[in-house]
Amino acid sequence: MAYKFQFRDVFAQQDAIADGLVLTLQLSATVIALGFVIGTLVAAVLVYAKPWARGLAHAYVEVIRNTPLIVQLFLIFFGLPGIGIRFDVVTASVLALTINLAAYTAEIVRAGLESIPKSQIEAGVSLGLTGPQVFRHVVLLPALKNVYPSLTSQFVLMMLATSVVSQISAVELFHAGSIIQSRTFRDFEVYTVIAVLYLGLSLVMRAGFSVCYRIFFRRS
Amino acid sequence: MIREVAWQDVMYLVFAIRWTLLLTLLALSGGSLVGLLVAAGGASGSLVLRNLARAYVGLVQGIPLLAWLFIFYFGLSIVGFNVPPWVAATVGFSIYAGAFLGEIWRGALISIPRTQWEAGLAIGLTYLEQLRHVIIPQAVRVAIPPTVGFIVQLIKNTSLASVIGFVELTREGQLTTAATFQPFTVYLLVAALYFALCYPLTRYSRTLERKRRVVH
Repeated sequence: MAYKFQFRDVFAQQDAIADGLVLTLQLSATVIALGFVIGTLVAAVLVYAKPWARGLAHAYVEVIRNTPLIVQLFLIFFGLPGIGIRFDVVTASVLALTINLAAYTAEIVRAGLESIPKSQIEAGVSLGLTGPQVFRHVVLLPALKNVYPSLTSQFVLMMLATSVVSQISAVELFHAGSIIQSRTFRDFEVYTVIAVLYLGLSLVMRAGFSVCYRIFFRRS
Repeated sequence: MIREVAWQDVMYLVFAIRWTLLLTLLALSGGSLVGLLVAAGGASGSLVLRNLARAYVGLVQGIPLLAWLFIFYFGLSIVGFNVPPWVAATVGFSIYAGAFLGEIWRGALISIPRTQWEAGLAIGLTYLEQLRHVIIPQAVRVAIPPTVGFIVQLIKNTSLASVIGFVELTREGQLTTAATFQPFTVYLLVAALYFALCYPLTRYSRTLERKRRVVH
């Protein structure tokens, strides 16, 4: 085989890689935090709200879950300016990813909320807990505990999915790859390095989430 | 030249669905082969095979699909093949689908209680007969709803093949946008077409799941 692998040119571009890595981390952290909060609210609407609100929330979740992320992103970044709404690249990225993640989170947390038997809630009430106390200690925390594995894998998948915003030229890790590729023409090497970095990130995230599990749900 | 979104543009988009579906089918076939191996390994008695299957799934699910597509697009040409985008996409998506299908099917296999195997053994079935007549018929019923659910994921994810130049629904949308300069209308239409493909499958998967729960 005539091909010689040359990683040196790629590693020489470590600044571009580091910049990309930082934006990927920032995007992931922001989107996961926002998506989790909004998704949990939507889940509460799906389970407890009036029928019309439930219908709206349901429509949102279904529309997002049945269309591709990249099309949602294009619609927000390229489409919305057509009707006068303009975002910069990073805002559009955060918006599209958050809207996407919140829908998946809502569906997962809904399953968790529905897994809490009614008798548990009644037990909480009979102990003299107030409404918000019951929701927090008897419903939400056990619900999140039940769906913790699927919720956190969804978060890891979202970190990986941030790579899609490279297609609207947000300079995150994957886009850093394209930039280095155009500088060095070492396409295979570049994307291998990028892939290994993503793999490292997802391993770190999974480890982090299992530590979090022990911290948050130790006593329950 | 910039022009309005005309009826022919809409029809081009509608007909681009066949490439999305074709890629989904190719990925599903390749992914099923890989997935069967992963599931068989992951549910087997051998620790080595189980760890191999787990490592494969962890590797594939720990790297963005976009990166897999680029790696195969550029990687296969290094090995000396001049790869057209559809080959790179098929290989990339098969590898990717294999990990997810493998996990789903492994779960289905190990959800069948040990006693079912033992019952098969007790009436004198060989290992393969146990699999064929006792385990697989039950495992399939567990596996079908999530498999249909994954096909929805696959249809949506084929949109990423647009970035290596495979012309499917999303890429056709980009091309139409370039000609008409009406991204809002075009991408809304593209999204609606994906929804029309995926939503019935999502509903179907949910119905199957509900039926299964009633049976049990």
